[in-house]
Order: sequence, then structure tokens, then C-alpha cells
Amino acid sequence: MTMVYYAIQQTVNALSIGSLYALMAVGLAMVFSILRLINFAHGDLMMIAAYLAAFALFANVPLGLTVIFIIAGTVIVGLLMERIAYRPIRGAPDVATLLTSLAVAQILQNGMLLTTRFLGQPIQIAFPTPAVLNGVVAFGPITVPRLNVVSLAVGFIALVSLSFFVTRTVPGLSMRAAAEDLTAAQLMGININRIIALAFAIGSGLAAIAGLLFAVQAGQINPYMGFTPVLKAFIAAVIGGFGSIAGAVVGGFVLGALEVLLTALPGIGDILPPGMVSPSTQALIQQWLPSSLTGYRDAFVFVALILMLLFRPNGILGRPDREEMR
Amino acid sequence: MSTLDDRPASPAVGEAQPANPGGVAALTQSPVAIRLGAILLLAVGLTLLQLPGRAFWQGFVINLGIFMILVLSLNLASGFTGVFSLGHIGFMALGAYGSAILTLPLAKKADYLPNLPAWLAAVHFDFYLGPFPLGFLLATLLAAGLVAGVALLVGLVLMRLSGHFVAVATLGFLVIVRVILFNADNFTRGSRTFSNVTPYTGLWWVWCWAILTLYVVWRLKYSAYGRAMFAQREDSLAAQAIGLAILPPRLLAFVVSAFFTAVAGSLYAHFITSFSPTVFYFDLTFRVITMLIVGGLGSVSGSVLGTVAIMALAEALRRLEDVTLLYGMSQITLAVILIVIIIYRPNGLLGRREIVLARLFRKGGEPSP
Amino acid sequence: MLKLSNLHVYYGSIRALNGVSFQVNEGELVALIGSNGAGKSTTLKTISGLLRPRQGAILYEDADITRTAPDRIVALGISHCPEGRRIFGGLTVRENLRLGAVQRRRRTDMAADMEWVLSLFPILKERLSQSGGTLSGGEQQMLAIGRALMSRPKLLLLDEPSLGLAPLIVEHIFQIIRQLKQQGKTILLVEQNIHQALDAADRVYVIETGQITLTGTPEELKHNPQVEQSYLGK
Repeated sequence: MTMVYYAIQQTVNALSIGSLYALMAVGLAMVFSILRLINFAHGDLMMIAAYLAAFALFANVPLGLTVIFIIAGTVIVGLLMERIAYRPIRGAPDVATLLTSLAVAQILQNGMLLTTRFLGQPIQIAFPTPAVLNGVVAFGPITVPRLNVVSLAVGFIALVSLSFFVTRTVPGLSMRAAAEDLTAAQLMGININRIIALAFAIGSGLAAIAGLLFAVQAGQINPYMGFTPVLKAFIAAVIGGFGSIAGAVVGGFVLGALEVLLTALPGIGDILPPGMVSPSTQALIQQWLPSSLTGYRDAFVFVALILMLLFRPNGILGRPDREEMR
Repeated sequence: MSTLDDRPASPAVGEAQPANPGGVAALTQSPVAIRLGAILLLAVGLTLLQLPGRAFWQGFVINLGIFMILVLSLNLASGFTGVFSLGHIGFMALGAYGSAILTLPLAKKADYLPNLPAWLAAVHFDFYLGPFPLGFLLATLLAAGLVAGVALLVGLVLMRLSGHFVAVATLGFLVIVRVILFNADNFTRGSRTFSNVTPYTGLWWVWCWAILTLYVVWRLKYSAYGRAMFAQREDSLAAQAIGLAILPPRLLAFVVSAFFTAVAGSLYAHFITSFSPTVFYFDLTFRVITMLIVGGLGSVSGSVLGTVAIMALAEALRRLEDVTLLYGMSQITLAVILIVIIIYRPNGLLGRREIVLARLFRKGGEPSP
Repeated sequence: MLKLSNLHVYYGSIRALNGVSFQVNEGELVALIGSNGAGKSTTLKTISGLLRPRQGAILYEDADITRTAPDRIVALGISHCPEGRRIFGGLTVRENLRLGAVQRRRRTDMAADMEWVLSLFPILKERLSQSGGTLSGGEQQMLAIGRALMSRPKLLLLDEPSLGLAPLIVEHIFQIIRQLKQQGKTILLVEQNIHQALDAADRVYVIETGQITLTGTPEELKHNPQVEQSYLGK
């Protein structure tokens, strides 16, 4: 029976991580679909949100207000980023936008480093997790960390709202049009500056939520915490079908599942209940999936990205009309 | 004669060629002589640096040389072909660790890396040929060669992609290397510092390699391969349409540049003598990219200038940081400079053009590379 | 209504328009004809704000719109139906039409407008929920024109509506265009299809390598030996 519970726990785990990746990937995909810009600094938006949250929580601000605070703050940073760094290079070749976003990431990371030093704080700070996000929830015989449930719920609500926004409202329609053909959208009378700002704002808001949840999960925050998540968000978006929002969501969950699989499988040979598989099979599993493989999890994830780019560059929900890969 | 770079058109027909002048004048007209002269000047400079009391400048110039190799290599891989590789420092890391493991003396090896496989534990490239550390050279060559092999495999996979996707895929390579280095602690000591490396690297080592890299990259630029690289940088579709294969030039650039990047890694490892995987990550990548962009994507002399400029600036900013205690400010400033350059002068200092020393002395007649 | 004066437009360092001047009066259908690369589309793009001239001015109802942003120009009542149709293939027909009216503040008359557009192009009514990419070329052109009409433009810019379409469909489209003119719309039509353009227009301008070389009524141009030779193939 324990294997079933284990599987369920891991599934919930996968879904909640997938939820976070989906939130991040959607923000990336929104900006990319309109501007063809990969915003490497997106991960640093998440980092800034985490720091703002820590700041607020240390000051005993209640959780609800903290959430509003970090969303507002992150959105402001995101809009400034767009206005100052990305608008001047609109229409520039891929290389230019890529490097600019790397530069922005550097600025934000080191800016935060400077700020923490300035405030006399260490580089790595323990995150003050609010009580409501701590601990476990019991569903019958299964215990699941409360954070996972919250991540899943929050992610679900955010993504459903976003989906509604994009398909049913006029601004959402304008964004979809702009993503498809920016020039034609202009001819409709759509103010593309505003639409782009909106894309950044929404992406930043989602990143802020993801940032808070990531911080709780990691238990501590540092100025470089956004780097790997943004790479993974990119992987998620590519897996799902880059440039499409639905693809980003699908990719996020696939990545979450993949990660959990890669974390749970190595070492599984050691925890299999006796008698479940034959001893020789168990030995085989133990040899080929030793627990030491866990450390290589991120490497495998990137290998998955590369495989995806090679064999199915348009992702799971691919749009075959796009030619960006070659 | 190559028509590759944006040189002015050749002088009007009928302009008199200078009659064969004798003496010093003849020397200033010969490109080979001028280059040898420049190298001689460099040699003199390096000798002067060996004088006691110049420790800081020695270190600076060594770093300068290492970065120059990195920037020239990245220019070859990315600037010439237009295929942006963000993961090149991964090759540097592999070269550093590879050569360092090889040159560890036998006694230290047993102590320091007790779990190496037997065949690896038995080799030690710490032997000399008279006063010359032959082992170091061989270890560097071997490590760089292996890395070039890795680059061939990686390149076969990744060089089909373009645009953002190759950039992120190569960044993924950087992360993969880092993860491997952190986890293969039998070889690399994982996250612990890898020290005890013999400080073989000196001024002469670095600058001989740097001149060699410069030569190779320069020659490649003006070869048929170079032309193919630049052609498909401008418009890969058009290049394919006229029958140019895309993959071979890209792959060549990628592998050769990986080789020299690994050499730089070996030099670096034996200079700072202790390091860990965190050294070979994003900050270093960003620094090299900044130097490359400032100099101009595709310009060899631009890379040289860009490296010098940014290193000088970085040093000045670092001192400012020490004084003001605003650590991180130098990174921010350099990043801002990069953004400003991308917005206002995206071709960097020289774009694709070159400063050809010989032409500075020219009084007329056909320019030559 | 619309007056272009001495427009010089460059793509980088290449000059596309070299001192173009003409005007369109209210209620007219003016045709701008010329061969490929003459500068027809460039002219329309400059009017709708996608391109900025280096020199020259564009006056619309006596207001200078030379440097106005594209979305403002739509709000002023100029609607540009671009070359190649450029409908949003991933969006439905209804959404495409809806987007045409996105500029307008008051949504009250939108339903009526959509009914009117659909009455002009009944085939679209059947395809309202289909995505634009599944439409045939002719249907896409109708959708593009319909979309442009949704913003209730005073001046309609049509860029090569006959491009790539079968003759029967072209005939149908020009029928609609003539209908729109009868209903009082001012239209600036850019075309390579000389015959249709001459049939529909009140006045014609001929543009060659960025300059206006001829102007007149369709009758005058039909009997002009130059036009006959270069464009009518006689």
C-alpha cells in the first residue's frame, strides 16, 4: 500500500512544482510571443518578489497584504525593465535582445547583492515562511505538505483566470493578435506599447506569485535564486510549444512531472517494499538508478531540452507554421 | 585577396605604386615585418614585466592574455558564424579541471583525489624537459584535445539550431557541465575547492598561446571557411541557396574555439591554483561576452581592443568598489555599458572591420591582409 | 480630405518614395497604380503611420498626421487593409472582425456594424466561428476588408485587394468596392490589376520608382500611349 501512497504524494509534488513552472513559463511565453524576446531577467523578477516578501514578512505584515505588496512591486520593476531596457531595442536582431536581457539579469542580481550588503544582511537569508504555508495536510492516510496544496490551488486559479482573460476579453484578444502579427495589430488601432506593457505586467505578477512559493519551498533566498528557475521556465515553454501560452502551461506540468520522476526514481531500488519485485530486478534497478543520480537531475532536464529542440522543436502543442528553430 | 571585410575599395587604377624603396622604408611596407616588430615589442614588454616589484602588473597582464584567448575563441565561435554560444565557459571549466587532474604530482594525487580510477591515478604530467615543463604542455594539449572532441559531439547536436534556441541550448550545456563537476566528486572534489595546482602559468606561457590563438583565428577569418562562416552569419537561408553547407563551418568554428577555450582554462587553473565549479559560470560568461561585444562581433582586432578596454575598466571599477565598499557595482556598471552599446553602437568599436597594422604605415598601393 | 506633399521615404539608405504628392477628395475613389516595387505599398504604409517619411507632409482633413502613431491614425478614421491581407489566422472570423473595431470606445453600435459587414460579405456569416487560417484566399480578402470597415473609417486604404485571387473572385471584390464607393466611402486603392482599377476609379495616379509620373481620369489614361504600352500591353 505504501507504494501507492508514495506515488500519490509524488504526483501531488509533481503537480505543484509543475504549477510553479507553468506560472513562470507563461510569463516568458507572453513576452516572447509578442516581442520575440527571451527575458532572462524574468527569473530575477521572481527573486525580487521573494525579497520583497521577506522584507514584508519580517515586518510582520499579514500574508494577504504581503501578496498584494509583492505583486505591485514586481509589476513595477517589470514595467521599468520594459521601458528602459527593452523598448529602445525593439526590432533589433535576436542577438541584441538576448544579450540585453542577460545584462538586465546581471544588473538586477548584483543590484540585490549590493542592497543586501548595504542593509548588513548576509547573501543567503532564511525565508520567514508564514504559518499557513507550513506543515502538512492529511487526506486520510496520505499526508501532503500544505505548500504543495497551496501551490496547486493558486496556480490553478491564476492560470484559469489568465485563460479567461486571454480568450474572453478585448485586451486579451489584442494580445493574441499582437502575438500573431504585430504590424497588422497596429493597423487595427491597437496601441502596441500598451499591450506589451500589459504582457510584462501580467508576466511579472505571475512571477511574483511563483517567487513567493519558490522561496517557501527553498527555505532561503539569495540574489541568484532566479537563474535556474528561468532556465527551467524556458525549458518548460519549449517543451510545451514555445510562444504559445497553452504550451507554456502544458510544458510546465510536463517539466514538473519529469523533475519529480528524475528525483524519485534514483534510489527507488532501495525503498521498494520487499517482495514487490524479484531480487534480481531490484538489484538491476539499484545498479542503474543509484540514489547518487539525484544530483544530476538538472543535467538530465537540460538534456531533455536539447532532445526536444532537436526532434520536436515546436513542442508538444507545436505550431508548425513557425520557423524560428533553424 | 579576400574581399571579406569592409575595407575601402582598392585605389584607383593608375595610381603609382611606390618604387621599391630601400632600408627602413622597405620594412614599414612589409606586413610580415610589422607583425614581427609588434611581437618583438610585446616580448620586450613581457621581459620588463618580469622585473621584481611588478607582481600586480604581472597578474594583470596574465589575466589579460587569458581573457584575450577566451574572447578571440568566442568571437570565432559566435562572432564569425552568428551562432551565439553562451556555454563556452563550460569548455573552459573542462579544460581547467582536466589539465589540473593530469598535472597533479603522484604523491599529492593519492592524498587529494583518493577515488580516481586506477589508470587516471597513475598518470602525472608533472615532468620537465630540462627547465621546460613539458608535462604541463602535454597536459594542456591533451585536455584541450579531449574537450575539442566533446565540442565536436555537442556541436553536432547543437549547431543545427539557431537564434535564441542555440543560445539557450548552449547555456544548458554550461549548466550540465556545472552539475557534472559538482557531482563527480571523485574526479573534481565536487563543491570543495580544488587546490594544490602547480603554478606553471607565467607571462610567456599565456602570451605565446595568445599569439597563437590570434594567428589561428585571423587565418581562419580570411580563409574559405571564414568566408563561409560570415556568409551564413548574414543570411543562412541565402547561403544555403547558393550551395554553402551550414553545418561544417559552424562546427569547425565551434570545435576550434572550444580547443582554445580549454587551453585558456588550463592556463587559468595553473595560474590561480585553486578553484571550484562556481568560478566557471555566469559571471565569467558575461564578462567575456561584454568584451566581445565592445570590440565588435567578427573583428579580431576588435576582440583585442575590447579585452584591454574592459579589463582596464573592470580593474578601475574594482578598486572603486574596494574604496566605496559597494561590492557588485562593477558588474552593474559593465552591464549598463553593454546595454548602452547595444542600443547606440551595436557593432561595438570596430564592427567587422580590422585594424591592420601594416596599413597604418602604408603610403599607397594594394592593401593586403 | 487627404493630401500628400513631397514625401521622401527611405528604407535604411534606399529611397523608396522620391517626392510623392497627390490628394484624395471626399467621396472619391482614387487609384494608385504601378508595377512591382514602384512604391505603392510604401505610400499606404506611410499614410497609416507604419513608416515615417524623412521629408514631406501628410495632411488629413487639414491636420498634419505625418508623424502620428498608427493607432491614433486609425482613431482619426483612416483604415488600412494591408497587402497580403494579413488576417489573424489563429483567431476566428468573429474575433478578426471584433478586432477591427477595437479602437472604438463605444461598443453599442458594434453589433449593427458587424451585421452590415456580414451583409456585404455573406459568406463570412457562415464562417464566423472558423479560424481565419482555414479560409480561402478570396474569403480572407473579404475578411480583411470587412475588418477594415469595422472601425467605421472615413478613408479606406486598400492595398492590392486582387493579389493572388482568381478573376471571378476579383470581380466580386471589386463589386463590393464599387458598392462601398456608392455608399459614400472615400477610398484610396492601390493595385497592379490595371483594368479593375481603371474601371472603379474616379481619378488615377501612376507611380514609377517612387515618383508620380501621370495623373488623370481613367478615360484619359486608357487613351494615353505610355500607359497603353507599359501597363495595358498594347
